[in-house]
Amino acid sequence: MKVQSSIQQALEGITDGMTIMVGGFGLVGIPEHLILGLYEKGVKDLTVISNNCGVDDWGLGILLQNRQIKKMISSYVGENKEFERQFLSGELEVELVPQGTLAERVRAGGAGIPAFYTPAGVGTVIAENKETRTFNGKEYVLETGLRADFALVKAFRGDTYGNLIYNKTARNFNPIMATAGAITIAEVEELVEVGSLDPDSVHTPSVYVQRIIQRDHYEKRIEKRTVKK
Amino acid sequence: MLTREQIAMRAAKEIQDGFYVNLGIGIPTLVANYIPSDMRVVLQSENGLLGIGPYPSEDELDPDMINAGKETITMIPGASLFDSAESFAMIRGGHIDLAILGAMEVSQNGDLANWMIPGKMVKGMGGAMDLVHGAKRIVVIMEHVNKYGEPKILKTCSLPLTGKGVVNRIITDRAVIDVTPEGLTLVEVVEGYTVEDIIACTEAELSVSPTLTQLRGE
Repeated sequence: MKVQSSIQQALEGITDGMTIMVGGFGLVGIPEHLILGLYEKGVKDLTVISNNCGVDDWGLGILLQNRQIKKMISSYVGENKEFERQFLSGELEVELVPQGTLAERVRAGGAGIPAFYTPAGVGTVIAENKETRTFNGKEYVLETGLRADFALVKAFRGDTYGNLIYNKTARNFNPIMATAGAITIAEVEELVEVGSLDPDSVHTPSVYVQRIIQRDHYEKRIEKRTVKK
Repeated sequence: MLTREQIAMRAAKEIQDGFYVNLGIGIPTLVANYIPSDMRVVLQSENGLLGIGPYPSEDELDPDMINAGKETITMIPGASLFDSAESFAMIRGGHIDLAILGAMEVSQNGDLANWMIPGKMVKGMGGAMDLVHGAKRIVVIMEHVNKYGEPKILKTCSLPLTGKGVVNRIITDRAVIDVTPEGLTLVEVVEGYTVEDIIACTEAELSVSPTLTQLRGE
């Protein structure tokens, strides 16, 4: 059975030093209960692959505050002062990756593609010490696929087999990360019986999801609340 | 000198009917306010949306609906949603007609630096490095000089690059400059400045277009 009854049960097997992928863009679509669970579990020396690193007191930011993260692989971390402090002081190892390259590295990893060529980063520090090759007169840099010991994702709705459907821009990195975890844990707002999701509408097929847990009370914090004047 | 809004207004003229456009964070986001309402333009947000709409009303506010700048937004009718890999596939694959981005420095061969000041700030490049190689046309909008009055359009960028030889056009508060295979060409000068003024506040070599026009802030 994939359905988990507690967050700590869902996180079983995550130990110090592991590599964890975490879905979300900014604070949207982050697996907020699983992140809180990692905080409570106290595992440390984690390598975390996530587009962003939360804010100081929410999302992955709470793991940073708690010194649980050894290395971050991200594309943009500008919303987090503690991140900047730990990075500039050398406490935190950071691999900054162009966002599209990060997405494709995760997609490739999950799809069994060990590496691929992309134009992003050619002629910049990103391409230093990497293999480059010219195709049709244009230079590309070789980037490797990424996989993780665990992938933590958040979906809007899931069924007990682990099929997932995301909501609006909360989809972002979640579906690709679901494919790249040796064990993928999905938290959902609504868990439904098998057969109630329209197969044509499933975003993440159940094969990628090993554990699923439903939680109520999502905070869904808004980083920049902009409304019509 | 053009205001931020006037720069955005000028940049909006780069957009043509039917375009799919990606607008960067900051002043580029303001460009959306000046797209003529009779044009069918679809704005891409690299977090996974084609068809950014206006900011929501209090009633429409949805925490699952943001743009790449993490601002709450709405969708236009005809919008579509997708994951991050798909989003950058359409960017890298050359399907986006135009990207309008901010810049810290631009060089005379079109190198762009807009993501990092060594030792000072670490934010990350986000999607900028993918965008500059993917969109069919790259327009950069920026202030012509920095807060110390020093040129930002240089012979060679001093900051770490976002992309090499990627910029097509530079729109500043003082001028519009094209990046050509022969170097930079001054194509528009903002009212109140002379060609000599622009050359004086630009470190890179500038040639002057035979069809040079004056740009008036609207």
